[in-house]
Amino acid sequence: MGFDQYHEPPEELPASTRTFARLCASLTEEAEAIGWYQQRLAVETDADAIAVMRDAQGEEFKHFSMDLELLLRRTPPWREVAEGILFQPGDVVERGEEAEAETFEGGGEGSAGAYADGSLGIGSLRGR
Amino acid sequence: MTMNHLLRGHAPLSDAGWQQLDEEARERLAPALGARKLVDFSGPLGWQHSATNLGRVSALADPPAEGVSGLRREVLPLVELRADFALSREEMRDADRGAADPDLDPLDDAAREIALAENVAVFHGWRGAIAGIAERAPYDALALGEKAQGYPRQIAGAVEKLLCEGIGGPYGIALGREQYRLVVETAENGGYPLLDHLRKILEGPIVWTPGVRGAVVVSLRGGDFLFESGQDLSIGYDSHDAEVIRLYLQESFSFRVATPEAAVALTP
Repeated sequence: MGFDQYHEPPEELPASTRTFARLCASLTEEAEAIGWYQQRLAVETDADAIAVMRDAQGEEFKHFSMDLELLLRRTPPWREVAEGILFQPGDVVERGEEAEAETFEGGGEGSAGAYADGSLGIGSLRGR
Repeated sequence: MTMNHLLRGHAPLSDAGWQQLDEEARERLAPALGARKLVDFSGPLGWQHSATNLGRVSALADPPAEGVSGLRREVLPLVELRADFALSREEMRDADRGAADPDLDPLDDAAREIALAENVAVFHGWRGAIAGIAERAPYDALALGEKAQGYPRQIAGAVEKLLCEGIGGPYGIALGREQYRLVVETAENGGYPLLDHLRKILEGPIVWTPGVRGAVVVSLRGGDFLFESGQDLSIGYDSHDAEVIRLYLQESFSFRVATPEAAVALTP
């Protein structure tokens, strides 16, 4: 069994980060499977095989979406960026740039504050 | 949009209004938060962070069964500071219309109060909650005297005390309002600014620190004075009516002195 989802020594990582990494690995695997089924469906001519593979790909859609939803729930800034992009009309790249700016550069809704925790972001003033 | 305990989304304020308030608060707070310019800051660790790990334990008597012993972890609870203020809704509506001078004095007052409270807690303590730097310093306090011309001698004496204890520099000094004013306005014989002379003695910053009584010389080598932030300074929403919006500035933090010998207090 491999442990390739860890980029850092697992024993140094908190449990929550290990879970996060496992979910990311799972998300990647589901996306790969969706891509593989898409290729198989493109070349398959047997109607029964196509039906089975289409059903299987549908399962991967569900798995991918569940992984993504859980990751977004546990990562507020990621969720905030995603909310600005997913299921939104218009130019995807434009939406992405706007969502990134709103999340990380304080250009978002004022009531959310410029920082993810709603604080003023003052922190340390050493050297200032 | 998600909303946290600050409930900012419930306030009858536009996005531009909130941004203006946040910016005003930052501008007012940054100069006054003198303690943060001299101590080690860690965090913010979030509103739900309630205690600092001290790494120490105390013995527990009467364990619940024979053959076992018990210990209790010791922690330092975080404190919360909050300064309430109310803004005129009419003023905020005018700000949305483009008024360049909305009356934000209540916010400015709250910022001044909470910054002062943080400085006092760090340097002089908060009974039952925080032991301050000056009250933990083990040396007899030196008297600055009424005339600023005497400051170099006393501050050099404080630095020498730290050196004798093996506490390395650079050093910084937190000056109370009156002491800071005296330092800035004074030139020594020959016209040399006192401010520059003190910088040479300390090799570190001279910090305006409202709330400090007299002055405190501290080592800036790190690891001696530990400020742990839970929720960093934030503006939250309390309530509103037709006339005013009631908001507050709030933070949670703990502060502990790891090396009491790394500071010398100077009385006014």
